[in-house]
Amino acid sequence: MVSVCFYFQVHQPPRLRQYKVFDIGQNHDYFDHKKNEDILKKIEAKCYLPANRLMLDLINMHSGKFKISYSITGLALEQMEQHAPEVIKSFQQLADTGCVEFLSETYYHSLSFLFSKPEFIEQVRMHGKKIKELFGQKPTVFRNTELIFNNEMAKFVECLGYRGMLAEGADHILGWRSPAFLYKPVSTKKMKVLLKNYKLSDDIAFRFSNPSWEEHPLTVPKYARWINACNGNGHVVNLFMDYETFGEHQWATTGIFRFLKQLPGEILKHPDNDFVTPSEAFERYPHAGEIDVKNTVSWADVERDLSAWLGNSMQRFAAEQLYKLREPVLESGDKKLIEDWRKLTTSDHLYYMCTKWFADGDVHKYFNPYDSPYDGFIAFMNILNDMSARLKTPNNDENSENHIHLRS
Amino acid sequence: MDVLMFGWEFPPYASGGLGTACYGLTKGLSRNNVNVTFVVPRVPENSSPSSHVKLIGADSVKVPIKILEVDSPIVPYITSAQYSERLASISSKSPGGKIYGKNLFAEVARYAEQAKQIARETKFDVIHCHDWMTYRAGINAKKISHKPLVVHVHATEFDRTGGHPDQRVYNIERQGMHAADCIIAVSNFTKGLIVEHYGIPPEKVRVVHNAIDLEDRQDVFVRKNSWEKIVLFLGRITVQKGPDYFLYAAKRVLEQEPDVRFVFAGSGDMESFIIEKAAELGIADRVLFTGFLQGEDIVRAYKMADLFVMPSISEPFGLTPLEAMSHGTPVIISKQSGVSEVLKHALKADFWDIDRMADMMLSVLRHDVLKKELSGNGLAELQKFSWSEAAQKCVSVYNEVLGAQHG
Repeated sequence: MVSVCFYFQVHQPPRLRQYKVFDIGQNHDYFDHKKNEDILKKIEAKCYLPANRLMLDLINMHSGKFKISYSITGLALEQMEQHAPEVIKSFQQLADTGCVEFLSETYYHSLSFLFSKPEFIEQVRMHGKKIKELFGQKPTVFRNTELIFNNEMAKFVECLGYRGMLAEGADHILGWRSPAFLYKPVSTKKMKVLLKNYKLSDDIAFRFSNPSWEEHPLTVPKYARWINACNGNGHVVNLFMDYETFGEHQWATTGIFRFLKQLPGEILKHPDNDFVTPSEAFERYPHAGEIDVKNTVSWADVERDLSAWLGNSMQRFAAEQLYKLREPVLESGDKKLIEDWRKLTTSDHLYYMCTKWFADGDVHKYFNPYDSPYDGFIAFMNILNDMSARLKTPNNDENSENHIHLRS
Repeated sequence: MDVLMFGWEFPPYASGGLGTACYGLTKGLSRNNVNVTFVVPRVPENSSPSSHVKLIGADSVKVPIKILEVDSPIVPYITSAQYSERLASISSKSPGGKIYGKNLFAEVARYAEQAKQIARETKFDVIHCHDWMTYRAGINAKKISHKPLVVHVHATEFDRTGGHPDQRVYNIERQGMHAADCIIAVSNFTKGLIVEHYGIPPEKVRVVHNAIDLEDRQDVFVRKNSWEKIVLFLGRITVQKGPDYFLYAAKRVLEQEPDVRFVFAGSGDMESFIIEKAAELGIADRVLFTGFLQGEDIVRAYKMADLFVMPSISEPFGLTPLEAMSHGTPVIISKQSGVSEVLKHALKADFWDIDRMADMMLSVLRHDVLKKELSGNGLAELQKFSWSEAAQKCVSVYNEVLGAQHG
């Protein structure tokens, strides 16, 4: 018996505008609304709508045997509500099938666990509330931003009441062992983890359309064969990837949708195969052993560590300065300020400052709205400075509203 | 292979990037087994003997270059008006000296005449010229020898004049480019200008970016006060280099950080304008002028600076940012530069975007982590620039034009 467990990540960051030092104290609007809207609409058309339609068809076609899970950040949902309500509707339709599980994460796709536990708890709570509101589910499985994971986090998340977590099946935590089993972190009492099968996941997410890959072109029978090979050698094949793989990272012209359309049928041809949601996997399968993750892992880059977000001194400095503001920002009671601050906790802002491999130009560049990591740092620090200035001067927004009232 | 090169400056008789580039390129060529005969106009009469020693030093690092001097007061980047002044000053300093042509164009013509003689007396396979003053020399050498001509464009009249070219210089440039068998441009930026303004088909132009050899880096000890923040402009104070944009950005910075010092290292025809403007802006006390710097003083300036800025309005390549980075100094460069095509670990702004430039200056001055990252990553990035590689690309061009000639 082997169960395929699909999890798709859906996230859109609140990209910042090139906020200058001269904007400090003059302008408290930090976000590039136009760009954020444009990108969301582009991805709506290229990925979210066609992919959701296909997933719904597949679930119906296989009468409930095809199952998937999503983790959608609060920020992505917020932006969809505003600019792409159709996408929300189509996710709700998927939720109604009973074959789709929504996972828990931080609302802001943040690194808050590493910097402030109270903030982490709050953002997870906010996210849970949003998922409940929109999809009527109370998430029971947790995945942290970018699959960032360690022993301490596992223990903490278990205490929050989750039945399981997702993590990267990195070689250095598994050693000779296979990601096709469930494992229990050494730090938890009972809580288990599902580990990403990075080889089979990345075959779709990164290599699918790469003509220099020796397995190119990737056909459905070939891929199903690789999955079947796990039969008898494990319980689960965890295929974790960004949802934008479908239509955005791999364009429709690469045949990615055709591939996805045929895949479930091909996998279900083997009578011992099926699809599970993460919750079902945790329910059905015992753990095969323990994993000990002292050093934090993630799913990013070849390093699979935190270096994409906190690898250089600019990133660490920016993160420290950001979280230093947390207490005064919350104490201010200024809702707008608190929301702005939380949007800055989005890990993408730190990712844009990554200098690793920058000279070679690579995947980081593809996702980066700035020309350089330095531009990202400059805008971010200017914004933090403006925030400090807002904390020092009492909120004038209400006054200016009064002026408008007086005039009318 | 033997190459006859016509240049107009060579270290230490160099006042700008051209001499540095020619030095680096010829050194790279020698590593690629190319023998270069480098022709320069006569060096200034008042040059110190130690300069000559340095020149011989170039030979001692096994650069097999013969320097032939042609008698001429030509100096790089000079305008015709400046030339008359320079001529007057040289004549007064060296009474009984040589008889010079009346103006720069006469000198260019004379240099071209002498090139015929040199072409007759020298053995070579290819002629390689550097910028407009040498083009007629190159054309003449080609006529005499029937060898292929490569012209290397380090700058065009459009760069130097901020878009108001002297027609006579433009004509010579155009003539040289059309006479050439192949053109080498120092950047895609420059290639674009050549194609756009000189009627050259793009396939006739090859891009060979300049480089820097870290082993040639001079070093001097500098005692720096950590509390004193210095922002450096180093280059000719002319319209091309955007000194006015630097000054306006300085004004913006000083509104927020009144203790920063802004240093202009260089001279040029906009110097008095900048001095007056600084006074008018009320920042004269924060703006310093060093005059024209050479040798160790340049190194000292780079090392003293917390930040180097190259705000050029049109910069074919721009070697100075690489030099500044080689001393660990972070740089801001204008996007209107060739070097910005190949440099990653630099801050980049449009030359006219004064607020953006000031924003970057303030950020580097205020955040040590930013300065540190730029400095460390920049130094590492310089490893990828190599004159040997640039020279190799020139050798491909030589082979191409020789092949075309024989085929």
